[in-house]
Amino acid sequence: MKQLLILSGKGGTGKTTIASSFIRLAQAEAYADCDVDAPNLHLVTTRTDEGKRTDYHGLAKAVIDQGKCQQCGQCAEHCVFQAIQKKEKGYQVDNYLCEGCAVCTLVCLTEAVSMREMVAGQMVLYEQKPVFSTAQLKMGHGNSGMLVTQVKKAMKKAGREAEVAVIDGSPGTGCPVIASLSGVDMVLIVTEPSLAGMSDLQRIIQTAEIFKPQIAVCINRYDTGLEQTAEIEGFCELYGLPMVGKIPFDARAIAAVNQGKTLIEVEESPASQAIQEVYRKTMELLLHAGKEPEQRENFAEKWLLW
Amino acid sequence: MKIAVLSGKGGTGKTMVAVNLAAVAQEVVYLDCDVEEPNGRLFLEPEATEEQTVKVTIPQIKADLCIGCRKCVDFCRFNALALIEEKAVLFPDVCHPCGGCELLCPVGAVSQQEKIVGYVEKGIIANGKIYTGVLKLGEESGVPIIRELIAKSKQEEVKLTIIDCPPGSACVVMESIQDADYCLLVAEATTFGQHNLAMVYELSKLFGKPCGVVLNKCFTEENPSEEFCLEHNIPILERLTYDEEIGRINGKGGILAKEKAIYAQRFRQLLARIEKEVSCL
Amino acid sequence: MKIAIPSEDRELDSLVADTFGRADYFYVWQEETAEGSWLDNSGIAMQGGAGIKAAQLLIDAGVEVLLAPQCGENAAQVLNQAKIKLYQTQYATVEENLSAFLAGKLTMEITPHASRH
Repeated sequence: MKQLLILSGKGGTGKTTIASSFIRLAQAEAYADCDVDAPNLHLVTTRTDEGKRTDYHGLAKAVIDQGKCQQCGQCAEHCVFQAIQKKEKGYQVDNYLCEGCAVCTLVCLTEAVSMREMVAGQMVLYEQKPVFSTAQLKMGHGNSGMLVTQVKKAMKKAGREAEVAVIDGSPGTGCPVIASLSGVDMVLIVTEPSLAGMSDLQRIIQTAEIFKPQIAVCINRYDTGLEQTAEIEGFCELYGLPMVGKIPFDARAIAAVNQGKTLIEVEESPASQAIQEVYRKTMELLLHAGKEPEQRENFAEKWLLW
Repeated sequence: MKIAVLSGKGGTGKTMVAVNLAAVAQEVVYLDCDVEEPNGRLFLEPEATEEQTVKVTIPQIKADLCIGCRKCVDFCRFNALALIEEKAVLFPDVCHPCGGCELLCPVGAVSQQEKIVGYVEKGIIANGKIYTGVLKLGEESGVPIIRELIAKSKQEEVKLTIIDCPPGSACVVMESIQDADYCLLVAEATTFGQHNLAMVYELSKLFGKPCGVVLNKCFTEENPSEEFCLEHNIPILERLTYDEEIGRINGKGGILAKEKAIYAQRFRQLLARIEKEVSCL
Repeated sequence: MKIAIPSEDRELDSLVADTFGRADYFYVWQEETAEGSWLDNSGIAMQGGAGIKAAQLLIDAGVEVLLAPQCGENAAQVLNQAKIKLYQTQYATVEENLSAFLAGKLTMEITPHASRH
């Protein structure tokens, strides 16, 4: 399986719109949404099958048994996260503040505190071809790297025979992005011509390079800032990063997404045409990416003659 | 009055709205809590900046005292400790300092040390001050930095505070809005925008904060985010249509309200509208 | 010598797991007795420090060599201090990599990546 990850650093650059177009163009047999904090891919990939839902458990959090509690207050005193407070009904744990360190279970004299796993999110796996793996993290459950790993695992397992998998990554440069990067063959970075986009581009490249995948860059809405576009192109040239295309701003693209369509379904759209070009160049690079050269020939035959 | 500006994801124009509101205020304190990508200062261009590091206390293990009993290693829920050749070894970047290892250590081999997780930059702008929180690259949690920012804002006696929150609805956002009087939600006019708006709306409801919406990048008849507002009775305070000039000015770090009189007027109206909403409570 | 490989399933033809710390299983091959066994690492419901925890599991099992696609800095530090050698896998399945290593064909050491959980 060749895995293509689409990343952006900064949010709102059009990552998901491009990912959904790629899934359609490649007729990918497996795809996943790793943006577990704000998953959007399911909104543009209409499925007729039912997804299989499973609860995701995060770190266990403290629960106080009011029947056993002797009101000594040791737990509240030792909680550095200030998650335990005395209320009318006795000592209560604030689930949003509790980080699950379990110090309260250590200091409790009457064993009234225990750690209980909380549902921190939900995973959804559509097993019919094409396989689609996605998840939603519940609000305030912070760190999502583990869930991203699970989403990818589920995709790989159910879509084991797929030759190409497209993965919509999460924004930022933190833990979930690192988790989405591991094991991918290629990363396509979608950026936009703005000051913020530029500074985030550099951060995301630094992060992606850790894993040494093939990296390529495309610029979305390039015509909304020609100066910055030139700057990004210069930057990519300087660092030897392939620029696989520039997509113009196209209001019809947004209209299409609002109707639950992918951009490539819009006829005679300059943006749609540009995306197809980005797709073609990306697939050419993906062909040479990864560790299994013997598979290349077969891959080329199937994926480049479309 | 403290206004928190939020959005369900990045790129909706959250910082654009926040800096423009700050620009039209008479006097303002701007708190940039988007510590992973603090971009407010790129627009507000503060002067006379001073940096102050933010530290947290983490444990330190004295190898010569450690007897290798493994109690701390087995207890640590964050897996920040390993037992290597009969000695406990700490991994500071995974540690959520909870004090557990120190409590458990039978020989007093655990003491405290300080670790820098980022800094707060204070700067002067024409009509007030800006505090920018910056998380060190590779650090996991921005919460201590946001706490420091909130503490700083409490020392300021000013009528208006604008809080530029991190995107999303994670714990860093919760930390940022705790002290706010009003949540201003910025949403794009797309299906994605609506989905993300629903998330931050839930969050402000959870915290019992009054909220209103700025619809950004409107240019189609259909507006899923607007439909969401109507359905849930959320006041729509401003609609910004997409226009190339906004993109251009904003993209190069300019402030609309300073370059275009019409936007100065609109953001003043927006601010007045929020003030009215808050005073009616 | 005990050799460990992170695996997605409990079969010799299972794929090598992408992430060392969050692999569901480790296959451990005891060279002297030519016996293989499985270590269960799937109960790792925790969010951070998975690499450190998994490294500890291998230390406790007396492993001396790890074959993996990559490895985080923290885990690498634990493994290095415990004098466990790290070699990069080149093939898809557990079995292929083990045979390659035993034939002296896996010689590239792993350069650890920053571990941000």
